[in-house]
Amino acid sequence: MHSVVCIKQVPDSAQIRVHPVTNTIMRQGVPAIINPYDLFALEEALRLKDRFGGTVTVITMGPPMAEVALRKCLSFGADDAILVSDRAFAGADTLATSYALAAAIGKIRENMPVDLIFTGKQTIDGDTAQVGPGIARRLDYQLLTYVSAIREIDHEKREILVERRAEGGVQVLKTKLPCLITMLEGTNEMRYGDMDDMFRAARHPLKQWDRLAAGIEDPNVVGLKGSPTVVGKVFAPKPRSQRAEIIETVDNDPKNLVVTLLAKVFTQHPKLEREIERLAK
Amino acid sequence: MNEPVKKPARKKVELDPRFVNYKHVWVFIEAERGVVHPVSWELLGEGRKLADALGVELAGVVMGPPGERTRQICGEAFHYGADLCYLAQDEVLRDYRNEPYTRALTELVDTYQPEIMLLGASTLGRDLAGSVATTLATGLVADCTELVIEADSRNLASTRPTFGGSLLCTIMTQRHRPQMATVRPRVMAMPDADTARSGRIVEHKLAIIESSIITKVLEFIPDAQQDKPQLAFADIIVSGGRGFKKQENFQLVWDLAKVLGAEVGASRPIVQAGWVELDRQVGQSGKTVRPKLYIAAGISGAIQHRVGMDGSDVIIAINNDPNAPIFDFAHYGIVGNAMQILPALTEAFRAQIALARRAG
Repeated sequence: MHSVVCIKQVPDSAQIRVHPVTNTIMRQGVPAIINPYDLFALEEALRLKDRFGGTVTVITMGPPMAEVALRKCLSFGADDAILVSDRAFAGADTLATSYALAAAIGKIRENMPVDLIFTGKQTIDGDTAQVGPGIARRLDYQLLTYVSAIREIDHEKREILVERRAEGGVQVLKTKLPCLITMLEGTNEMRYGDMDDMFRAARHPLKQWDRLAAGIEDPNVVGLKGSPTVVGKVFAPKPRSQRAEIIETVDNDPKNLVVTLLAKVFTQHPKLEREIERLAK
Repeated sequence: MNEPVKKPARKKVELDPRFVNYKHVWVFIEAERGVVHPVSWELLGEGRKLADALGVELAGVVMGPPGERTRQICGEAFHYGADLCYLAQDEVLRDYRNEPYTRALTELVDTYQPEIMLLGASTLGRDLAGSVATTLATGLVADCTELVIEADSRNLASTRPTFGGSLLCTIMTQRHRPQMATVRPRVMAMPDADTARSGRIVEHKLAIIESSIITKVLEFIPDAQQDKPQLAFADIIVSGGRGFKKQENFQLVWDLAKVLGAEVGASRPIVQAGWVELDRQVGQSGKTVRPKLYIAAGISGAIQHRVGMDGSDVIIAINNDPNAPIFDFAHYGIVGNAMQILPALTEAFRAQIALARRAG
């Protein structure tokens, strides 16, 4: 059983602040973390390894500093880690990203066949959920998104049975290996690595692949050049033409404030008053 | 001071000649087991505006199993603004599966060549959109909050939150077609249905055989109806944020919601802290809501939250920081401690409702 887990190092978006005057992102001091959704993918791959044996390879595309994220994955129990990193990859949109990752996984396959590729359901910085489906399409793997449980794997028949979160219910799907699974959040709980894994993670010789090592001949299919989408302006949203009407009273006592508020709201929105009375009954 | 900033002349990017004949706006109509996801109608409302701006037709793409129900969906699409529908009926399309749907939609695009294609950012739509865009090697913009046609280039300008929802950015696909975008449910307004409208149906025969499809659906287990919060279609939502400081204080939000018969919502930090379940998160990484009344207590109003509730009819904000961004887009505001204001508001509503009951 060989699983490849795709991860991404992302800024901890809960800590991103926008400069109040210049409206630019203040990146300084924002810690980089493993995309939290990817941990569910990694844990699921490690569980399969516990059950069936085999190898877990972690891969990421990113700048050299993403090494930290990969070493973290090794400390959780991953066997090998590959950093796909090249200046040519800069500015990639999801289409160009899936190209580079699919090419690199193609290279991994040359040494050891890949049965399963895991990704998180999306990243917290891009939120697109597009790279997983893109990789599956490029490698012609069956795509299973939003998987909540892996029920069975039959190695003889090379079949896998999963539960997938769909609109309004759960689909039980049977498909063939190899396939790509995007793991739903909350489906498992990340383990803590043991001491041995931590030491191993620190010493492990990390593979770093540039464009050519990842098997990509044409520089025009990756990075900014390989991206059909072009980001125009980045901006802060406009306030509404009118700011909120701030309710004030002489004493600013909570009771008086809310009574004044409701009187104002219901005068200006009489339908809402009737609606509330209807709902409360 | 206010001298106009001189913009650098933007390099004009020409459309790849392969795509010059791509025309018209498409909306993928998402239907499972005969039920259309409302996001599809919301997208037809938005697609109508884009088609009118371009002076082209708006088409719905309806796929599903053979039978009268699938065909009926085309009629509904006309009511919501489609001029025509592409209809693909085949047994392989009975349940949603990535492979046959990707193959079918890709084939339709290659055959009829739309310039714009919109899909809902549902679990189905995201699964399908990513696969189809990769197959077609075209641009796809996820979770758009605004779609407009840029006047001079006639390109689609798609705006979406970025950097974890702290800013917005506008993205364009200049050289490739179709220009694809997904939009989350409830982000766009539901258009009124006009039952007098009709349109034409273009039937497309697929040649996909079941034995060529590797993934099989063994079972579908529907969710129990009542065990999940239904924020997306709630009429009133009371949401709480970091202003409540401690989990036990969040009870104040539940108290008000109970009096109003409302749903409880929360900002991301509250969900991350585990005070309420994931399904109650309002915002970019949670639910988009459009209630008649949205009460935001102790929520600062970061873009991440704003994009999930901006479409509410009436927004009341309570925050102790007079400069909190929530006051930039709420309709009414009280500057004060949410833990003191909210109980007073609960009492005021309780009294109001008791009075109405006595009168009625």
